[in-house]
Amino acid sequence: MELLWILIKIIIVFTVVMIHVMYATYFERKVIGHMQVRMGPMRVGWHGVLQPIADGIKAFFKEDIIPTAADKKVFYAAPLICLISALSAVAVIPFFETFAIANINIGLLYIFAMSSLASYGVVLAGWSSNSKYSFLGGLRSSAQVISYEIAMGLSLVGVMMLAGSLNLSDIVHAQMQSSYKIYLIPQIIGFFVFVVAMFAETNRTPFDLPEAESELVAGYCTEYSGMRFALFFMAEYIGMIVMSCLAVICFLGGWSGPFEVPGIPFFWFILKAYFFIFLYYWVRATLPRYRYDQLMALGWKVLIPLALFNILLTGTIKSLIG
Amino acid sequence: MESLEIAKKIQEKYPDEVVSISETRGQVSVILTKDRIVEILRWLHDDPTFQFNHLADLCGVDYLGKKEVRFEVVYNLYSIPLRHSIRIRAQVPEDDCSIESVTGIWMGANWHERECYDLFGIEFMNHPDLRRILLPEGWEGHPLRKDYPLDGGGKNWSGYDEVVEKAKKLSQYDFYGIYQDPTKKTGLEDAREQD
Amino acid sequence: MPENKTDLKETTREEMAYEPYTIAMGPQHPATHGVLKLDLELDGETILDCKPTVGFLHRGVEKLAENMSYAQTLPLTDRLDYIASMANNVAYSIAVEKLLGIEVPLRAKYIRTIVMEMARLTGHLLWLATHALDIGAMTVFLYCFRERENLLDMFEEICGARLTTSYTCIGGVRQDVTGHFLESLYSFTEDFPSKIAEYETLIDKNRIWLKRTQGVGVVSAEDAVSLGLTGPTLRGSGVEYDVRKHMPYDAYPYVDFEVPVGSKGDVYDRYRCRMEEMHQSNSIIRQCIEALPKGPIRAPDAPDLVMPYARQKRVVADATFASGVIKLMEDTEHFIEGDVYVSAEVPKGELGFYFVSDGRGVPYRMHIRSPSYIHIGALPFLCKGQMVADVIAIIGSVDVVLGECDR
Repeated sequence: MELLWILIKIIIVFTVVMIHVMYATYFERKVIGHMQVRMGPMRVGWHGVLQPIADGIKAFFKEDIIPTAADKKVFYAAPLICLISALSAVAVIPFFETFAIANINIGLLYIFAMSSLASYGVVLAGWSSNSKYSFLGGLRSSAQVISYEIAMGLSLVGVMMLAGSLNLSDIVHAQMQSSYKIYLIPQIIGFFVFVVAMFAETNRTPFDLPEAESELVAGYCTEYSGMRFALFFMAEYIGMIVMSCLAVICFLGGWSGPFEVPGIPFFWFILKAYFFIFLYYWVRATLPRYRYDQLMALGWKVLIPLALFNILLTGTIKSLIG
Repeated sequence: MESLEIAKKIQEKYPDEVVSISETRGQVSVILTKDRIVEILRWLHDDPTFQFNHLADLCGVDYLGKKEVRFEVVYNLYSIPLRHSIRIRAQVPEDDCSIESVTGIWMGANWHERECYDLFGIEFMNHPDLRRILLPEGWEGHPLRKDYPLDGGGKNWSGYDEVVEKAKKLSQYDFYGIYQDPTKKTGLEDAREQD
Repeated sequence: MPENKTDLKETTREEMAYEPYTIAMGPQHPATHGVLKLDLELDGETILDCKPTVGFLHRGVEKLAENMSYAQTLPLTDRLDYIASMANNVAYSIAVEKLLGIEVPLRAKYIRTIVMEMARLTGHLLWLATHALDIGAMTVFLYCFRERENLLDMFEEICGARLTTSYTCIGGVRQDVTGHFLESLYSFTEDFPSKIAEYETLIDKNRIWLKRTQGVGVVSAEDAVSLGLTGPTLRGSGVEYDVRKHMPYDAYPYVDFEVPVGSKGDVYDRYRCRMEEMHQSNSIIRQCIEALPKGPIRAPDAPDLVMPYARQKRVVADATFASGVIKLMEDTEHFIEGDVYVSAEVPKGELGFYFVSDGRGVPYRMHIRSPSYIHIGALPFLCKGQMVADVIAIIGSVDVVLGECDR
């Protein structure tokens, strides 16, 4: 019975996440379109609402081109590694009270582990394509993910210290019981570092160097086409959703809100997560791209020291107040 | 300084080199022999009364059958600080089709000279990297010479033939078969015939 | 100035323990603005050497021009810098007029100045759009196209074409401008400065933009002149050389404008120069519209050189028509033996035409001094020691068009 319930939960979460991925692409194009004085997709369905389905069909039926010089096994595996690790991270996210596929005690660590694994997919994709642009993209990505992983991990240490747990549900509960209700206020430095690292971790503007189209054509996925390319695409969007959820859970109090919305326990959670996803789009429409060495300098010289200072500050205040 | 005055000064200093001075619509050209061209141009570039620091243009002209000396290399000079200009035309005979490079004076002359070499076949001595530039390596002839026919002589460039060969070989994988065997009919032609 | 120079290791090729990583950027690459190929040698992401390859778009315009009449070559100039073809038309026309000794009426001069500055705006808008897109600021791209679209619509109104305009003719312009055109252009110039301000809010003070552009691709004034750079690319280094001021043509002597110059010669200064130039162009257009005199639009002494428009000259058969035109042209007394070099300031820099005439109705030799060609030749100098991402910024900042480069 227990197992069946888990299976049902998996199916529900998978479906919901996939629909979100589909419509994240649609809304990205719409939102950025309107920010850029154009309409975005308008042709397929009413205001282009069926566009993601059309894109999916197109990607699925496209010819799957594999370079002759590619390392085939790795080339096949890379997008799957990306997608699976991104999807696995969803498993521990509590969308509302008592609803998480796996409510494990090391939830936060698990998400870190999974998002690091996704970078393997990117590196292997760059390596196995046997193309120079892909290779550079893969190298950039590995360097970037490693650097920003540290900053991100450290930025969340403050949250762990305040909550005293790595379990995501417990973190939310701890926030609800704290005097501020959300950790955004005591952890404002941590939040800042986390948001910046979040953009870098998901390879989004202004840190989209691994796939910087004006420099590296398409970075690590230059040689991919059809469904395999779509898998990378999905992995990126799932990564965005996971990171948005993590930000909501760790800093904005998860599913808690100013008042209960009857019948929709995940109302506040979704609302906050949508805000972060919107932030992704907004930043993409606004900012130029960093250069590789500037990105590294920002990570190592600014974000990591800031995160360390935040840990020190949190620890000191916590020990003083009790 | 007036262009004509500059031309006169060049003639004073290098009487043996200057072949003639001509004027068209107020623009003055000094026609020189090619032997001391770098020395003269360097003098024009460095001398404080001239300061020709901007090489506006460098190109070749082919006077096949019009003049005794077949080629001319034309240097259009302009002085940005003093705002005067002069045109130097160096004669390059056909049997000794080479001239000293001026890349040492103006760095920008590099590509101008490569272009001139590419399209006229005039060799620039001491040029750092004298290769064809607008046309591919292995092109036969120099198109801007007057004896080069406008249609290129009806011959394909060897690189083009290679590409066509390759396309033919690869067309076996092609769905429509652009470079198929000419005896075979494509689907479109077949349909047309049936109509 | 923020610390921005990358720490370039002073290792020579022999000292390196490994082969440099070579990468071919182009000819199909999203950021090389056409079919430009750069062979880069990299040490990590630092450029050791950069070898541009051009000529993929070579169409032999110079050879073709030697076999066509002066008026027939005019449409070919549209295909040089296809982003601002009006400017090429004007540059070509003034060069031919100089050779033939034709004096253009004042109204035509003003109209040409207007379209030239409009072309400068379209060229600079497209430059800003692609330059910003290359550095990653996507939104500026579409904002610029919004205004460029208005300008192209106005081009369409005066000559029927948006890009390949062929609007001028030798001795004047082909058609007179309409009142509606002048009104819409004037109202465009009224809001355009606010539009420039809008672009600037997005990138001008943006930290990432400054980091990406300041101190990148530096070229000193002396080197810039020696490399033959012209236009805003040269003025970014602080050299005040503008053909419009140095060798005024058309209505430029009668209008009041400034030539913005930079000081450091980096990508940012070149960017600032072009932004300021857009303000100046805007003001020139306004002045020209206000002072536009009445009168003929075509010189009386060059009637046979214009494109056939007069009804009585229309001949039915094509062949007769062509030979008839050429014969008419050979009859005119304008053609003299000699050579002229005339340049004009187009958006990219100094576009020069060198004509050698042997007294016939076709040029004996035409050479085009295209700014893009020289600018691409300067790329190895600018790119050495920079990073891969900077190459993109530098290509954008020198503003090249491959149609003009390859001719």
